[in-house]
Amino acid sequence: MAIKVLIPTPLQKFTGDRAEIECGGGSIGELIDSLEASCPGIKARLCDEAGKPRRFLNFYVNSEDIRFLDGVETPLKDGDEVSIVPAVAGG
Amino acid sequence: MTQATLAPSHSHHSHDDHQHHHHEGGHFTHLQCKECGAEYEAKAIHVCELCFGPLEVKYDYDAIRANVSREKIAAGPHSIWRYRDFLPVTSADPIDVGTGMTPLIRANRLGRRLGLKNLYIKNDAVNMPTLSFKDRVVSVALTRARELGFDTVSCASTGNLANSTAAIAAHANLDCCVFIPSDLEAGKVLGTLIYGPTVMAVKGNYDQVNRLCSEVANSHGWGFVNINLRPYYSEGSKTLGFEVAEQLGWKLPDHIVAPLASGSLFTKIYKGFQELIATGLVDAKDVRCSGAQAEGCSPIAEAFRQNRDFITPVKPSTIAKSIAIGNPADGVYAVEQAQKTNGHIETATDAEIIEAMKLLAETEGIFTETAGGTTVAVLKKLAEAGKIDPDEVTVVYITGNGLKTQEAVQSHAGEPLTIEPKLDCFEAALERSRTLDRLEWQQVLV
Repeated sequence: MAIKVLIPTPLQKFTGDRAEIECGGGSIGELIDSLEASCPGIKARLCDEAGKPRRFLNFYVNSEDIRFLDGVETPLKDGDEVSIVPAVAGG
Repeated sequence: MTQATLAPSHSHHSHDDHQHHHHEGGHFTHLQCKECGAEYEAKAIHVCELCFGPLEVKYDYDAIRANVSREKIAAGPHSIWRYRDFLPVTSADPIDVGTGMTPLIRANRLGRRLGLKNLYIKNDAVNMPTLSFKDRVVSVALTRARELGFDTVSCASTGNLANSTAAIAAHANLDCCVFIPSDLEAGKVLGTLIYGPTVMAVKGNYDQVNRLCSEVANSHGWGFVNINLRPYYSEGSKTLGFEVAEQLGWKLPDHIVAPLASGSLFTKIYKGFQELIATGLVDAKDVRCSGAQAEGCSPIAEAFRQNRDFITPVKPSTIAKSIAIGNPADGVYAVEQAQKTNGHIETATDAEIIEAMKLLAETEGIFTETAGGTTVAVLKKLAEAGKIDPDEVTVVYITGNGLKTQEAVQSHAGEPLTIEPKLDCFEAALERSRTLDRLEWQQVLV
């Protein structure tokens, strides 16, 4: 199962400078574990000590914020696109 | 700088000596993560690489204190640049388009309506050049963008920021590409296009525009004022705190009421007050900070109500588009600040926003946009609920101009009396309007 993951600049050192990588996982939680397997060290940046996604980091599945879906339980399927974007705002 | 020893070591820190040196021409020293305290060079970066917390500009306040005085500030330019010692730029010639030093007016009539004896309005509806507070942040951001070597500047905007970025980029001869949601008010779109930038109208809400821009910022090497330049940009809002203190005769107010979109403006006004205290320009004082959101987009108010330390994003649905940010980056800090200062965060419905726009116009002669309507509506609620002491020196921040959001009040402001160019027609029409006024008042009285 292939899911496209868009990686923000500060994390590209874990992905060999790639902004986009393919990964597996049936949910966001599993995807994070599978990212860690291929890019060791990345999980500690994505998640806090309690293992939850950091509060200033947004995860989107096909452009929808996972907080509007099922959070880390949000299911993923082949062909989904996950983007990881640090919070910014000010309009 | 006790934090420095606690901060995790960091890849940006190839030398130890660069961290806290002064940038020539400025008193800022470095960027620091508001969450974990990690320190970074003052480059075009906005989030912590370790924890993704927002980065904030740090200064050498001893150096500022040694360099500023009330007299020096008063003798400076009639713009935000009179406070340049507190701003993160190094240029000898910052981009000065006359931004800032907007009126602080004593609002007696509005105050009487609301039962407040010491009410003031900081009127950024007439901030130059594009009639919103955004000119403050953009003047700082584009000055810093030029220093950092950018030749193209950009932003994700709900309208006001696009107006400002496009206008000031034109003045500064910078290329400009702005991103806006495609459903913005016509005035805000035209008020951007006229300056000749590339305008991307994105089919989505502001949060979707923002997300797209974060991805573009990763790949295009542009200076996004509210993304990779955000630490510098947001500092411009401190001038709304500085000016109010100076205009009150170098005194801090007792209570401020300001709109909340991302929460940045709110926190920076407070930072401005704290910096004036730290540098001895004003006496220390506790300032209560209250914030206003539209009910149709109130994630910060909701977090405040529930006493949470995180923000649950929402999908905005309100006429107050300029503050309709469903995923506010500084929301948690705004909540903290309201709690810490014994302030409040309240919401206003669209109907209350329109009523408040009319109230402000009819009592003080200020035509604000929907964000200002939101702020005045919340001021009214807080006053009516006894949450503002009638004697408190209260400053309400009006941050944008009503001519940009005419759609919001188009059918709520009445119609002109159309008459023939004849005296008797005028007299008849005047008589009729007076009768209508009387009827209206009778309705109000019963």
